Amino acid sequence: MTTTVNTNSLGDAETTPKDDPLEIAGGATAKYVDQRLGSNRFLGRNLGKVFPDHWSFMLGEIALYSFIVVLLTGTYLTLFYKPSMVEVLYDGSYVPLKGVMMSEAYASTLDISFEVRGGLLIRQMHHWSALIFVAAIAVHMFRVFFTGAFRKPREFNWIVGVALTALALGAGFTGYSLPDDLLSGTGLQIIRGILQSIPLVGTWAAFLVFGGEFPGTDIISRLYAAHILLIPGIILALITVHLMMVWTQKHTQFPGPGRTNDNVVGYPLLPVYMAKAGGFFFIVFGIIALIGGLVTVNPIWIFGPYTPDQVSAGTQPDWYIGWLDGALRLMPNIETVLFGFTISWNVLVPSVIIPGILFTGLALYPFLEAWATGDKREHNLLDRPRNAPVRTGIGVMAIVFYGILWIGGGNDIVATTFNMSINAISWTLRVLLIVAPPLAFIITKRICLGLQRKDRDKLLHGYESGRVLRLPHGEFIEVHQPLNYKELAVIQGKEDIAVLPAPEKADADGVKNKLYPIHNLQHKLSSFFLRDNVQKPSKAEIEAGQAHVAHTSELEAPLHDYEELDQDPVGHGGVLHHPGMAMTNQEQIDQRH
Amino acid sequence: MKFLSARRRNPLVALFLLVAALGMTGVGYSVISSAKPAEAAMGSQTQVEDGKKLYLEGCSSCHGLDAQGTMNGPTLLGVGAASVHFQVATGRMPLAAPGAQAVAKDPIYDVEQIAAMSAYIASLAPGPAIPTAEDLSYEGADQAKGGELFRINCAQCHQAAGQGGALTQGKYAPSLMEATPQEIYEAMVTGPQSMPVFSNETLPIEQKQEITAYIMGLQEAPSPGGLSLGRLGPVVEGLFMWVAVFAALIAAAVWIGIKAR
Amino acid sequence: MTEIDHTHEGHDDAHAPGSEVATKVGYSPVADIPHKPRVTDTDPKAARRAERQVAGMFTLSMIFVIAFVVAYVAIDKNAYVYIPVLGDVGASNVVLGFTFGAAVFLIGAGAIQWAKKLMPDVEVVQQRHDMASDKSDEEAAAANYERGKDESGFARYKIIRRSLLGAMALFPIPIIVVLRDLWITPPGENPAEILSTTPWEDGVMIIPDVGDQTGLSPETSRGIRPEDLPVGGLVSALPVDIGVIQEEEHNLNARGKASIILVRMDPSEIRSQQGEGWDYNGIVAFSKICTHVGCPIALYEQRTHHLLCPCHQSTFDLADSGDVVFGPAARRMPQLPIGVNAEGYLVAKAPFAEPVGPSFWERDRT
Repeated sequence: MTTTVNTNSLGDAETTPKDDPLEIAGGATAKYVDQRLGSNRFLGRNLGKVFPDHWSFMLGEIALYSFIVVLLTGTYLTLFYKPSMVEVLYDGSYVPLKGVMMSEAYASTLDISFEVRGGLLIRQMHHWSALIFVAAIAVHMFRVFFTGAFRKPREFNWIVGVALTALALGAGFTGYSLPDDLLSGTGLQIIRGILQSIPLVGTWAAFLVFGGEFPGTDIISRLYAAHILLIPGIILALITVHLMMVWTQKHTQFPGPGRTNDNVVGYPLLPVYMAKAGGFFFIVFGIIALIGGLVTVNPIWIFGPYTPDQVSAGTQPDWYIGWLDGALRLMPNIETVLFGFTISWNVLVPSVIIPGILFTGLALYPFLEAWATGDKREHNLLDRPRNAPVRTGIGVMAIVFYGILWIGGGNDIVATTFNMSINAISWTLRVLLIVAPPLAFIITKRICLGLQRKDRDKLLHGYESGRVLRLPHGEFIEVHQPLNYKELAVIQGKEDIAVLPAPEKADADGVKNKLYPIHNLQHKLSSFFLRDNVQKPSKAEIEAGQAHVAHTSELEAPLHDYEELDQDPVGHGGVLHHPGMAMTNQEQIDQRH
Repeated sequence: MKFLSARRRNPLVALFLLVAALGMTGVGYSVISSAKPAEAAMGSQTQVEDGKKLYLEGCSSCHGLDAQGTMNGPTLLGVGAASVHFQVATGRMPLAAPGAQAVAKDPIYDVEQIAAMSAYIASLAPGPAIPTAEDLSYEGADQAKGGELFRINCAQCHQAAGQGGALTQGKYAPSLMEATPQEIYEAMVTGPQSMPVFSNETLPIEQKQEITAYIMGLQEAPSPGGLSLGRLGPVVEGLFMWVAVFAALIAAAVWIGIKAR
Repeated sequence: MTEIDHTHEGHDDAHAPGSEVATKVGYSPVADIPHKPRVTDTDPKAARRAERQVAGMFTLSMIFVIAFVVAYVAIDKNAYVYIPVLGDVGASNVVLGFTFGAAVFLIGAGAIQWAKKLMPDVEVVQQRHDMASDKSDEEAAAANYERGKDESGFARYKIIRRSLLGAMALFPIPIIVVLRDLWITPPGENPAEILSTTPWEDGVMIIPDVGDQTGLSPETSRGIRPEDLPVGGLVSALPVDIGVIQEEEHNLNARGKASIILVRMDPSEIRSQQGEGWDYNGIVAFSKICTHVGCPIALYEQRTHHLLCPCHQSTFDLADSGDVVFGPAARRMPQLPIGVNAEGYLVAKAPFAEPVGPSFWERDRT
């Protein structure tokens, strides 16, 4: 097995595998392992596994690699960090805190930053990579959402992804709290307030979590256990499941030449994909290390140790919790007392109910959409976002909703930066939170439909070249050019799904359809999702259209001598091939012989 | 100095210059005659008169002819020399334009003129005096203790790193990055605009010096971890991560995805 | 270095075995898509240049690692250096981060350059299969299930089945029950009561908050005389015995709820109070802990008498019973009635009339 691989990657005439000692040792090792694990069966099938190539398929890789960096740097930090709230007198080299009483957790974080050589670098790498980890998850999730990659057969993997997102937020927040500085302690104070707002059990829950009254002396060590063992353990397990599912189901691909729902076109794992994915790991790692060295993150020494009676202006959580903080800020002040019991809607709604609804909706979305469209087919070819206008609209709506909450979470920074009134910003955002998302939905859907129409035009009338031609009899025409093979394939990759038919209230024999309301709802939803879609022209129409365009564009042929022939074959309106240029790799190889 | 250049053809200019020259002589004399700035703050008679003229010309339209206050400005009786010095030396007064709060800018009056105005207002009613050099000396003050007091009394508005923060209705607590020890002291004892007063009885001078030492430390502090991002906290960090770092990662992904030529 | 030699000779051959490639075991067929050769495919010079680039990056990476180690040993951890754009920054952190980052980044950049320029860039195809199993697998699975059900008697032994389900349902209970002592509850105490009490009671002297209060006994603590606090003045304050309590309890809990602010305004400006005569000559005392989610608040604007929370911008009017005028907080700031003791120092006249801090379920029943 090993030898086959090596001939591929090295294909070398001088050093054949047989006389290279390394190769011999490698072959022997592979055999040894295989006799015990049967590993060659797996390698033989999978070393050539094909992965499609597209930059947006690497977003999940960014998440994976930044998580590896988080694990590596985090392990290093555990060697120095002390998860203890015992008060100690600081006696390190940071003068502005010398002699101040602080928790051991904060003191040890200061020591990591100022006494341990390279400690600050590792701490900053840990924090930056955590920020990147959550960002990459979010962007990856949006990519999967907007391209419909969550559709059958990948619904389970979507749910695993949603769980990973929630866990990433938990991992981030527990880590943010560990240094026990003024910012993070204030964050915990807020968490206490949120816990207390939960009806019936909230007060006890807060006391159990904090080991008594806030702040107590237990919370840091408890968060530590969650942060370094519980949450990363589950994340690691779920990542494994996530990747195994991708592996078995094979990666989705965008429509394009040669790409169908039943194949996967790309590069083999060995060597190209391995080099690219492995190389990308080092690039992500490298960029995180550079940023960790060059840019400060969370300078805890400025904030000072946590004390429950101190606070700093501009107190905010890290970006990924910012939207929840924004929700807390924008929520109107409603509290009710029912039968003597207090329900703080002003805390409960933004910090428990809204995130609960959002995450549940997120997890269920694939099933809701499949049910609404009645689509039960397997999808390995991705949707272009324009071809699913309602889905794209929902996604943009969610982003706008999230974005407004995020701005709300930094409204004081916005106020001081742009000389605005905090009160005016809050009111504007409150209104926008209700008005902007639906507006975003409508606009996005319109744009998508416009793009669909444009695609249809392109199929029927070709590509507007922008070149105006004067015909011998004086008429001016704009030259339309046939689409190149790539664009043709991409646009033709659109799938049209029919709206589900309206159900009958009763069948021909007069038997009442008991499921009528449900089926009718499904019909309505399906209509909402699909009715505005622009139908793709038939194959014959496309061929006729393209042939016609090809004919008119020939009018321009006499001018071709003046044009540069060597253009990018995949570019718009470019010349597809040189005369005699290889059409496939096979031909290219044959030509070279 | 726009204020001056715009008025240099005014017939009163000659008189003004004469008065100013006299005033300067007076100030110079008083400085020479006593090494203690405290007495200078108390103000000689000439200084008070000069100050009164400057006051009538530049301040009385809002604060009233007798500094008793009008619809447009609060009374200045009892605000003390420290308050006048703070407001005028930081350029907050005279007010450039009505707004949520007075904005710091380059001062319009020079050192002597400000001293004269301070002396005049101080002569009307007792109030916090301009601090002495001794009051302001923060040498040897415990920076760390000052840090604690800063976080208890100042950080809630001026932010833990002294970068300033938002108040209600467009008002704000300014950044302390340019503040001098004298301005810090005067602001604490006089409570300009929205700021509450931290009197020497509730926050003794010794503690004020510790706080000053801490703020001065913040102003000079280098950034151990690299580019400081304005020390504005997680919002700016998050923004930087998205705009710079994540963009770089996406650029790398795009580079990997593009076919080589 | 041997690998680098291999690639050089390898790159030409990468496509060379052409027809065999497609037929070999484990190889996927080449996709039937137009393919344009790269410069490195056609120009040996370009290929060699790419090879040098890749090797150069790997070599540079090694140099950066050496630079990292040198910097680790040589640069003092407290040294600072001025770097344009960055400003005055920690020398050790910047140099270590830069050298390490560059070393790692160059490995990645080299590998990708290698893949892009020298490894084959022909796309290959694999077929997919529906995820659903074959009929025979499905039948085998069903048969095995039936066999298992049959052999275990799961369907027949009704009592076993039901008792097993019951046992499975109950067995997590101990796991949850043992979590009860996450808070070892002192006898006779419950959360609602604890949240409703603070160290403040009649006669407790008010002292200014100066940070760490440990070692400060009530005897050595400095009180506040009403005349010390001018109109417009603000003091963050604590009960006089806070140092003693902290030493007894070994935590900051008391500080987290006893913390108050004192402000003085012209008595004529006080429009209302939570209790008749709760001020002392215009000095009013309010809890410092926000009633929204508990951030300490002291952003007091002396002109408007507004108190703003920096966390979520709840705004309270201290001249008007501490009522909410803006933001998400639903309840007013609890006021502490104050007076002076025989020595003329400010003291509390009674405990807080309501719990301080964020709301909780039983709040209005206590």
